[in-house]
Amino acid sequence: MHIDSIEKLSQWQTECRAKQTAQKRKVLVCLGPGCLAGGSDEILEEFKRIIAEKKLADITVDSIKKTGCHGFCARGPLVVIEPEGIFYSKVKKANVAEIIETTLEKGELVEKLLYKDPESDKKYTDYKEIPFYARQKRISLRNVGQIDPDEIEEYVARGGYAALAKVLAEMKPQEVIDEVSQSGLRGRGGGGFPTGRKWATCAKVEADIRYVLCNGDEGDPGAFMDRCIMEGDPHSVLEGMIICAYAVGSREGYVYVREEYPLAVINMQKAIDAAHEHGLLGENIMGTGFSYDIKVSRGGGAFVCGESSALMRSVGGEIGEPRAKYVRSVVKGLHDQPTVLNNVETYATVPVIMEKGADWFKKIGTPKSPGTKAFSLAGKVCNTGLIEVPMGISLRDIIYDIGGGIPDGREFKAVQTGGPSGGCLPADKLDLPVDFDSLTEAGSMMGSGGMIVMDDRTCAVDVARYFLNFLVEESCGKCVPCREGLYQLHHLCVKICEGKASEDDLALMERLSKVIQTASLCGLGQSGPNPFVSTVRYFRDEYLAHIKDKKCPAGVCRELITYTINDKCTGCLACIKVCPVDAITGEKKKLHVIDQDACTRCGSCYAVCNFDAVDIV
Amino acid sequence: MVHITINGKVVKATEGEMLLTVIKREGIDIPALCHHEAIEPTGNCRLCMVEITRAEWEGWKKHVTSCLYPVEDGLIVNTHTPEVIEIRKTILDLQLANCPNSEVIQKMAEEYGIYKTSYETVPEGDNCIMCYACTRICEVLGKSAISAVMRGHKKVIAPPFGEEPPDCIGCLACAQICPTNVIPWTDKDGTRTIWNKKFDLITCKECGKTIITKDFADYLMEQRDIPKEYFELCDDCKRMQTARKMGEIVTRAQEATL
Repeated sequence: MHIDSIEKLSQWQTECRAKQTAQKRKVLVCLGPGCLAGGSDEILEEFKRIIAEKKLADITVDSIKKTGCHGFCARGPLVVIEPEGIFYSKVKKANVAEIIETTLEKGELVEKLLYKDPESDKKYTDYKEIPFYARQKRISLRNVGQIDPDEIEEYVARGGYAALAKVLAEMKPQEVIDEVSQSGLRGRGGGGFPTGRKWATCAKVEADIRYVLCNGDEGDPGAFMDRCIMEGDPHSVLEGMIICAYAVGSREGYVYVREEYPLAVINMQKAIDAAHEHGLLGENIMGTGFSYDIKVSRGGGAFVCGESSALMRSVGGEIGEPRAKYVRSVVKGLHDQPTVLNNVETYATVPVIMEKGADWFKKIGTPKSPGTKAFSLAGKVCNTGLIEVPMGISLRDIIYDIGGGIPDGREFKAVQTGGPSGGCLPADKLDLPVDFDSLTEAGSMMGSGGMIVMDDRTCAVDVARYFLNFLVEESCGKCVPCREGLYQLHHLCVKICEGKASEDDLALMERLSKVIQTASLCGLGQSGPNPFVSTVRYFRDEYLAHIKDKKCPAGVCRELITYTINDKCTGCLACIKVCPVDAITGEKKKLHVIDQDACTRCGSCYAVCNFDAVDIV
Repeated sequence: MVHITINGKVVKATEGEMLLTVIKREGIDIPALCHHEAIEPTGNCRLCMVEITRAEWEGWKKHVTSCLYPVEDGLIVNTHTPEVIEIRKTILDLQLANCPNSEVIQKMAEEYGIYKTSYETVPEGDNCIMCYACTRICEVLGKSAISAVMRGHKKVIAPPFGEEPPDCIGCLACAQICPTNVIPWTDKDGTRTIWNKKFDLITCKECGKTIITKDFADYLMEQRDIPKEYFELCDDCKRMQTARKMGEIVTRAQEATL
């Protein structure tokens, strides 16, 4: 249907809703990155194959839906049966026939696939009651995992493009900006800059051409929120961008998606094509005379291109390097024109604010950081996955209530937020409210929303070394403090891990960090030393143990540890078989011994031993 | 016209000017390696950083590269605070580790009291400080034959795919602007070699001295409408020729008055 008037959209919405309700039952198969890796595409095909063969009363092949990420990646592949919300986890292709027979035909549950809470042993049928989901509040992820991203009608049925219609029909551009300003929405890309203020500045600059861009260059290790939105609900991003374009007076824009997200590239393009086809994008949107068009621009895999000025240069076809922003990109951005650049999640949030109003939005979260924030929960936490929570929730609530705590009964050590240039927060910061300002005060940052949990087997120095290495690789190399400074900082960090550093080296690192933070050209360099600065702030003793005692208390840094076999050894030969350098000798049922000169400290023996007989000293 | 305060002294500046220009005009010596009047500033070397503040900032201050920061009325600039000096020292210290054999860097570092780097010398260091002066001047000339390639510490200045740069005209602008003098080139037996590309040289028809590469002459004739004859003589011989012509005119004039 071509939407050439506001009325026609609501008519279409009614039709779409009728189509949805006509499907009495739906099977949603999660095709998010985690479930897909677990073979959920085969599960989807299996459902379609069997349903096509069997002729069931209230379900057809059309009711088998692929969706974006449902969130609970640790339990994937996931299958949800609507309208009951029956939640089957760790589903295999072999289970499909049983699900169809038991649940879809007989209306009974497949008990073994239901989620069982490991602590209370309680089984859950409806996923909304599972603690992982129950404490969440989904705004930007409202449709992710609920709809087929390829079907614009499903988006429209759930109220999609209604906010745009309301904006175009009832609001002046300035009113849109005011509403966003009043909502207190802050940029979800990490900086937390007030979105309304950004739009207002852009709108005020005198220019013939303005651009509205979307930053989908999510590059932090362990972060996948924006990916899941682009893959699972691309229209919400488009709708947010079109609203922004109307507010600031832009006629064209780009979604910058990193090439490493092939499905996001495809789904964004499909969404753009569908929006075009229905008159929701391009010339004369919904017959209102307003025109705005979006193109997909693919990133070449440079982390630094997530930085605004580098991104704009990359979109413009130049080398993706940042420039000094003494004149801000909102005034002089892409092709030197005023440019609004927001993150994927920010745009996905905008339509909801327009629909429900700034006051509604402000009631969620904290006064200075209203709303919700999506996080990808990763690392040593039971329930890894994609979550969205109200701002101000404590780290403890996220890690223990939603995340289910630390696996294998180990102890929590730190949580890394804000990506490589964020920081590590220790156990005594667990009750910190998660909002832009609190995290920054504590020496970390919100970042785009990656959250990596670490247990007591993680070495703080090694973590700093890992992230510094990432930043050295990803520094664009334009300015000296970042290129040479981070290189030397990483080098010194490696020296500590190898037990070759002195306390003078540590002091040099601290001095160097300060200069890199002040003198670097862009945000990557300015926050580059954070992995070191935040770990040395909270885990100084661990640094000193490496330097003075030549010990790695967590048992990670190879040069500083030895593996020995204690008398719990049953002589099972397992470690002997697994040792890649034949450093372990011993006979069956006799104590085994590690030859320390030959041992490469790979940890294979430790991993394979079932009797706790391998010690790390 | 705007007024800014530099190290306590109020000075006038023209709108649009960069801080570094004003600072230099005031005779204040601050180092700047990647800055050159012929090219747009990019702020790569970070040596020209200064501290800025304003009365209404209530003590808040920030550090900016003066080559890129446009003057603003009421700006208070300090060029030699302990923090600024610490930045410059650290950068020179890092550069010294990166370019241990560069005399230019050694001399600058010595001026800031650094005789030996605090860091480990970079093994693959090639004395290039990655200031982009060469690529920027090449762009100004309209060729962009070389570019910065790769990322981070692996970044190098190179022609496309490391092959002979097809757009290079052998003008030597890159080699001559390089502040650390690390772009090699040779003129030998009527041939210039730079970036592994060979160029035929035009020599002065009077004295035989090298004037310019044939490619550069062709480029200038085409782009700037310069006649072919312009490249027949070297600058010295052109001067001689002019002087001779002047002499003839003077002689003729003298003869006429007699």
